[in-house]
Formats: sequence, structure tokens, C-alpha cells
Amino acid sequence: MARGLDRQRHILDFTLAALLRRKGKTGALVAVYTLVVFLLASALFFGHALRREAELVLKDAPEITVQRSLTGRYAPIPKEYAGAIGEIRGVSSARPRLWGYYYDANSRANYTLVVPAENQPDPGTIVIGSGIATLRDANPGDQIGFTGYDGAAQSYRVARVLPEGAGLVSADLILISERDYRALSGIPDGEATDLVLTVHNAKEFATVAEKIRQRFPDTRPIVRDEILRTYDALFNWRGGVVAVLSGMAGLAFVIFAWDKATGLSAEERKEIGVLKAVGWETSDILAMKFWEGIAVSFTAFLLGVTLGYLHVFWGGSFLFAPVLKGWSTLYPNFRLIPAVDFGELGAILFLVVVPYSVSTIVPSWRAATIDPDAVLR
Amino acid sequence: MISARNIGKVFNQGRPNAFTALKEVSFDLQRRETTILKGPSGSGKTTLLGIVGCMARPTTGRIFLEEREITSLPERFLTDIRRRSFGFIFQQFNLIRGMTALENVMIPAYPLGERHAELKRRALATLDLFDLAAKAEAKVEWLSGGEAQRVAIARALINDPSVIIADEPTAHLDLRLSEEFMAIMRRLKADGKTLILASHDPIVYDSDLADRVVELRDGAVAGSAERA
Amino acid sequence: MILHPALLALEISALLCATMVVYAACFGMGIVRYWNLASGSETQLVLERQTYLVSTVLSYFLAFQLVSLFLFIRTADSICHLFVGAMCAVGTLTVNAFGYPTLALKLVNFLLAGLWLILNHADSRGYDYPLIRVKYLLLALVAPFFALEAGLQTLFFLNLDPDIITSCCGALFSPASRNLATEVVNAPPLPMLGILYGSGVLLLLAGGAFLRRGIGGYLFGGANLVHLAVALAAVVSVVSPYLYELPSHHCPFCILDPEYYFFGYPLYLSLLIAAVTGMGVGLLQPFRKVASLAETLPALQRRLVRISLGAQAVFLILCTLPVLFSALSLR
Repeated sequence: MARGLDRQRHILDFTLAALLRRKGKTGALVAVYTLVVFLLASALFFGHALRREAELVLKDAPEITVQRSLTGRYAPIPKEYAGAIGEIRGVSSARPRLWGYYYDANSRANYTLVVPAENQPDPGTIVIGSGIATLRDANPGDQIGFTGYDGAAQSYRVARVLPEGAGLVSADLILISERDYRALSGIPDGEATDLVLTVHNAKEFATVAEKIRQRFPDTRPIVRDEILRTYDALFNWRGGVVAVLSGMAGLAFVIFAWDKATGLSAEERKEIGVLKAVGWETSDILAMKFWEGIAVSFTAFLLGVTLGYLHVFWGGSFLFAPVLKGWSTLYPNFRLIPAVDFGELGAILFLVVVPYSVSTIVPSWRAATIDPDAVLR
Repeated sequence: MISARNIGKVFNQGRPNAFTALKEVSFDLQRRETTILKGPSGSGKTTLLGIVGCMARPTTGRIFLEEREITSLPERFLTDIRRRSFGFIFQQFNLIRGMTALENVMIPAYPLGERHAELKRRALATLDLFDLAAKAEAKVEWLSGGEAQRVAIARALINDPSVIIADEPTAHLDLRLSEEFMAIMRRLKADGKTLILASHDPIVYDSDLADRVVELRDGAVAGSAERA
Repeated sequence: MILHPALLALEISALLCATMVVYAACFGMGIVRYWNLASGSETQLVLERQTYLVSTVLSYFLAFQLVSLFLFIRTADSICHLFVGAMCAVGTLTVNAFGYPTLALKLVNFLLAGLWLILNHADSRGYDYPLIRVKYLLLALVAPFFALEAGLQTLFFLNLDPDIITSCCGALFSPASRNLATEVVNAPPLPMLGILYGSGVLLLLAGGAFLRRGIGGYLFGGANLVHLAVALAAVVSVVSPYLYELPSHHCPFCILDPEYYFFGYPLYLSLLIAAVTGMGVGLLQPFRKVASLAETLPALQRRLVRISLGAQAVFLILCTLPVLFSALSLR
């Protein structure tokens, strides 16, 4: 047993030294290999992080949101719907919500207006997120002006600024009283932006949604899990597309690897011949080729994954962002929280290392079966 | 010690470019004897050395090593016998460039799985036998011709084989180095090694070292002479 | 079909590996037909070289198979939310009829590849390739399973339609539906634990007898096969609930999750190693009389027994930990 380990250690030592002796060739192989791993890792990390993000955001979202839709377009929902929907079995509560966006043409920024369910600000005052406070240079006590739906100027006193670090979601937030909200948005009394329902039993989501549709055909119930699934399918699909593209790159890489491994230089061929002549056996050479593959794959895997991680979570995915930025309408300030899991790493391993290894088996074997007496001839 | 019986070797058998390198070669070698295979290039010396040294298998015939028939052994076992029983010195030394003299000497022992420290100690001791201890850490391409030759011999000795096989050892050497080589061979013989040298250089085959000269021509034994 | 990267990865590598193994098996058939050790002809030399290729391919296959087994479960787990009602890998695997057969075949193929490599290793110890025909005929028998696995997996992936209502592991193992799984789950936990330890002790005794007197190779091999089944059942019925600290949570896959400190990986890995090496002992038993193996085979078998018992001990200790330290009591 110890002999076997020492044998492997010797062969590994020899292999590493041999790889270092051929710096150019090894370097080129590792560079291309790393590039493929990097592309794949970036794509997968990106998709995974988006999903995590959506999950986190939606975690606090209501189980079911009910919107009204007229001829397929969004419309405010009558408040009395809430009473009737609240009586459907399985629904523990139904609450109308008032919220929306406000585009500030001066600072060219989008604010999110929300009427909180509890602790509404007093009429005439607002609570603003730290982002807006910076943008408008507003401090508690200052007045901020907005233009209402009818063009009338409205002015509010800043009661409080939300503390920073409460997350990017709150940076563009404006909390406003119901009276001021209606004056600004023009949504009449008796109507709301949408309804949010609490349904405790996850198995009843589908039934409840179905009942709502039957009772109020002009509504559109949206189940939280469905949003998540849709995002998921979308992100995975995008991830898949990138994987396919990278796969093609990978294929090119396999051909490259095959070529590198088959096209043993005269020097290497002679070296293997010498090894066999002085007493190495075919399986020793195969072990050497195995360690060579491990060393190259491991280096490239580590480098590629690290670079991919830095690219996605530090570099803002600058390479992909233009292609994959479909989500940007959902969350204007989307910063990714590092999230990597075993599944991703396994997928990269299988998409790159397996094809590489498979494509080098036959060439390695050919190299290993050089006749030991070849150097004599 | 080694008996060859009716050895034949055909390359590319069954194809139009089939080529018979050896036919019906038989001979016996005794332990501690020195045998010279003599003959012009292309006479089959190298092929025969390869077969006797367990590097290749004959197409027909049998080889016995210490009464054991080794012709039909799988490569794994043949290799094991080869590295324990035979040390090889090649025509152009065939040292691996980019590695130190010490590493070159250690290479044949790697698959045996000896402890690294122990192996290194033995390799240094072997280099020391040839006054090469100072050059142990030098890359082989920086060695002089004579030093490279002695490293190649040290490499052949690292697994302490009983038989040393050399193929045209003096073909690329000047007179001084050729004589130095023969001096080392004499030392090895005195140490009890069995030597098999293939050469068409008179310095080798006319040497008083030879106990037996086997002459090959066109793949067959043309003459065998024993010297007292 | 879902274009999930991990699915693509599994699929590509499964197809590649299956192709390689079938390719290797074809070489194997050539070896069975034309093998003639006495000949020094070039054909024979080429065949001898091919044996190295086949065993290399199989070794790589074994390694990939192990990773693929776990990645498959992990992926099934991570895509479960695409299917309404699925809450872990169990849900995904029941989306269509190909999920569980694929998983089962992955497990079987891992065992088969491992056993074949043990046989191959034994053969290489004999100077006259004593098992060459046996081993390549076996390979030809085994290769279709590898191809079948790739096929089943492809069907499984192609038929993964999101939004199909599937069962979550709670539903699958609930007492209402009666099938083999529920029988296993509802086996009384403490007797089940007793059976696990009992079967472990029997293995130890059989292994000990083999080590001391060299008898009972078949017994040890067979016992390992039975013990594998017992152990898997015990993991589902006792070890999981103790680990999750929920008497009704029996899922064999959730223990692979980070929430449970990846506990499942060392657990299953030790069990798989113990099973392969243990069954290998039985596989080698009929060849002890082969002249060229008479010296090396018993030593190899003893080594396998030691590895198997060692891994088995690790497995049993790992099984015991949650029972000892769990807040849950099933007594």
C-alpha cells in the first residue's frame, strides 16, 4: 500500500516537473481550458445568483396578489372586491394595496411610492429612502415638490429618512399617506392598486386562485410561487443558452485538447520511449497522463471558477450584462449576492472536465503504448 | 543464465512491407560473462538486444531467464523482470533534457515505489561511484560528453540489475571516451555484472573484455566464438 | 425538456461515457475472439495493448459515475420548485416514470463498474491473464446497462415538463399510500436499527472468519449485497428522521443538503465503498483455484475485506451519531 502511494507520488512529481518543462504548451492548454471554465462558471453563477435574488425579494411578497385587468391591461381594482375575496375559504385575509412609481424628470430617477399598511405618515409628510435623500439633497424637515397626475404641484415635508443599509430595495422608496397618494396619483376613493391575500396552506394556492377567477372574471390572481417559477424557468433558460454557447466553445476546446494530446511532440514521444525503455510500464505512463490531466484540469477549474466568481460578484458581470439584462426592468438596482452551490460546480465539472478527460483517454493510451524498444531503433 | 531458442522476429507481419529482422537465432549466456554481439548495422543486433532485454517479444521462439520461460509473459510482468534484471545504456545516452543528473538516475526506480529519501541516497551514492556527486544537481544538457555517458551508466545501475545491456555504446564517442567507457565496463565486470554489448566498433569487439562474441548477419547467427 | 445547465452537463457526460464504455466493450469482444497468449504475433501485441485502454476507460467511468450519482440527486433537488408540489429531489424524480429507474441504474452501474475493476485488478496479478475471457464477456454483459442508463436519463430529462403536479416526499412516504417505500418507512424504527446493527455484526463475523481462516468468501460477498439493502432501508426509516428531528420526515435525499452539513455524502460514500469491496470478495472467490492467481488472490481478497469492514464501520458510526445526539426520540 505504502509502495503504491510512493509510486504515485514519484510519478506525480515527475509529471509536474515535465509540465513545467514545457511551459509554452502547458500554458496554452491551461489558458484555453481556463477560459472555457470561466465562461461557463460566469454564466452559471449569474443565473444562480439572479434566482437567489428573486427568491429573497419574493420571500416577503404576499402569497397571492390580485390585479384587475381590463382588455388585458392593468387597471385599479375596486376595494369592495377585497371583502368578497376575503370570504373565500382558505383565504385568511385580503387587503387592498396602494403603490406605484413616480418618474422624477429632473433627476431622471424612478421612485417607488408605497402607502404602508400600518404607521402611515401624517398627511402632508413623507418618509423617503436614503437614495432619494442623497439625490434631492433632502433632510428631515425639508419640503419636496412633486407633480401630480393633473399637473398640479404637490409639496410634502420630509418626516424621516429611512436608514441606509436597509437594502437597495428601500433606497428609492417613498412612504406616503393614503390621502396624499390619491391626490398625487388620481386613483379615486374606492379603488386600489391591487389586493394582497394571505393564504396559509400552500396546497390551496391553486384552488383559491381558481375560485377568484370564477367569481371575478376581470381579475388576475398571481401566485407567488408562479412568479418564482417563471423567473426560474427564465433564468435557467438563459443559463442554458449560455451553456449551449459555452458548450460550443467547449467542443472547440475538446478538439484543441485532442490535437494537443495526440500531436505529441517528437521530444515528448522520445521521452516516453526512454521512460519505457528504462523500466516504466504502460500503466505507469497512463498514471502519468492521468496526473497530467488532473493537474491541468484542477488548475484550470480553480482559476476559471475563481475568475468567474470575481467577474459575476465583483465585476458586475460586465461581459454578459448586455445580453442577459432582461430583468433590469424588474429591479433597477440589482446587485448580486454571492451564491454558489455544489450543483453549479458539479455542472461545470461535467461540462468541461468530463469531455476533456474523455477526449484525452485514447491519445494518452496511444502515447503509453509506445514500444519500449522504440528508442533502440 | 539466458537461453535463446530459435528466436524469430517479423515486423509488419502479413502485410506487403513485412520484414524479417531475426530468424532462428539461438545462443546461451552464462552469468558474469561478457558477450559481444557483432555485426554490421541492419544485421539484427538491436532487435535481438531488445528481445533478450525483455523490451520486445519475439514472433517465434522462446527465451529462458534462469530457467523461467519469459516469452509469453504480459508486459506488466516482463517490465518487472526487465527493471530488476537489466540495465540499459543507449546509443545516444537518451537522458531526459531539462532534468538534473540526479533525477535522470532516479527515473528507472520511480515505478518501484521506494521511499524518496532512500532512493535519493542510493542515486547519490551511485553518482559518486562515477565521480559525479558534484554534478548531481546540474541539468543534463550542461554536462560534458563524458559526464553524460557516466550519468547514463549510473542510471542503468540504479535498480542494481545483474545484466547490463549496451547498444552501440561507442558509436558517437571519440577514442578517449570510448576507452573510458570500456574501462568502466571492466570495472562492472569485476563487480560481477553480466554484460551484453552490441557493437561494430573494434574497440569493443576486439577488447579482452569479451568472453564470447556472437556475430550476426542478416538476422541470423553467422558465427559464435568463445574466448578463453 | 428543461434547459438547465446541470441537466445539460449530466446528459452530455452520460452520452460521452456510455459511448466510451460501449467502444471499450467492442474492443473487449475483439480480445475475447482473437486472444492467444502463446502467440508473439503483432495482432496479439495490439490486443494486449487494448486491455490497457479498456481498463483505463472503465476507471474513468467509475469515477464519473460516482460524481454523477450525487450530481443527479443534487440537480433533481435544485430544480424541484419547477414542479408544483415537489419540495425536494423525490418530487422531481416522480415527475415521470423514468426518474427512479435512472437513479437505481446509476447506483447499480456504479457497483458493476467497481466490481469489474476489482476483477480486472485481480486478472492483472496473474502472469497469464487468467481471467481475460471471463472479464471481457462480463464487460459485454454489463455495457448494455451503461447504455441503458444514458437512454433512461435522456428520456427522464426530455419528459420533464414543468408544472406537473408531483408528490413531495411527505406525500410519497405518507402512510395513506401503500407501496414498498412506505413499508420501509413505516418499519418500526428501533427494530430496524436493531436489524442494521445485527447485519453489521454478521458482516464483521463473516469478514473475521474470512481473514482468519480464509473461508466464507461467497457468504461475505452475498451478505454485503443484503446489507446494502438493509442499510438503505435503515437510512430511510431511522437515520433520516433522527437527523431531521422530525418523526415523519424520511427523505433519503435531503440529508445531502447543506442544512444537514452534507451529512449524506460521507454516509453514502462509506456505504458504497463497503458494498463494492465486500461484494468484490465474493466475485473473486471462484477464481482462487486458478494456478497463476493462487498466491495473489487470497491476499487481494483479504485486503478487500479489510477495506470493506473499515468503510462499513465508518458507515455504522455515522448512522449512530444522529441517533445519539438527536433531540428526537422514536422510542
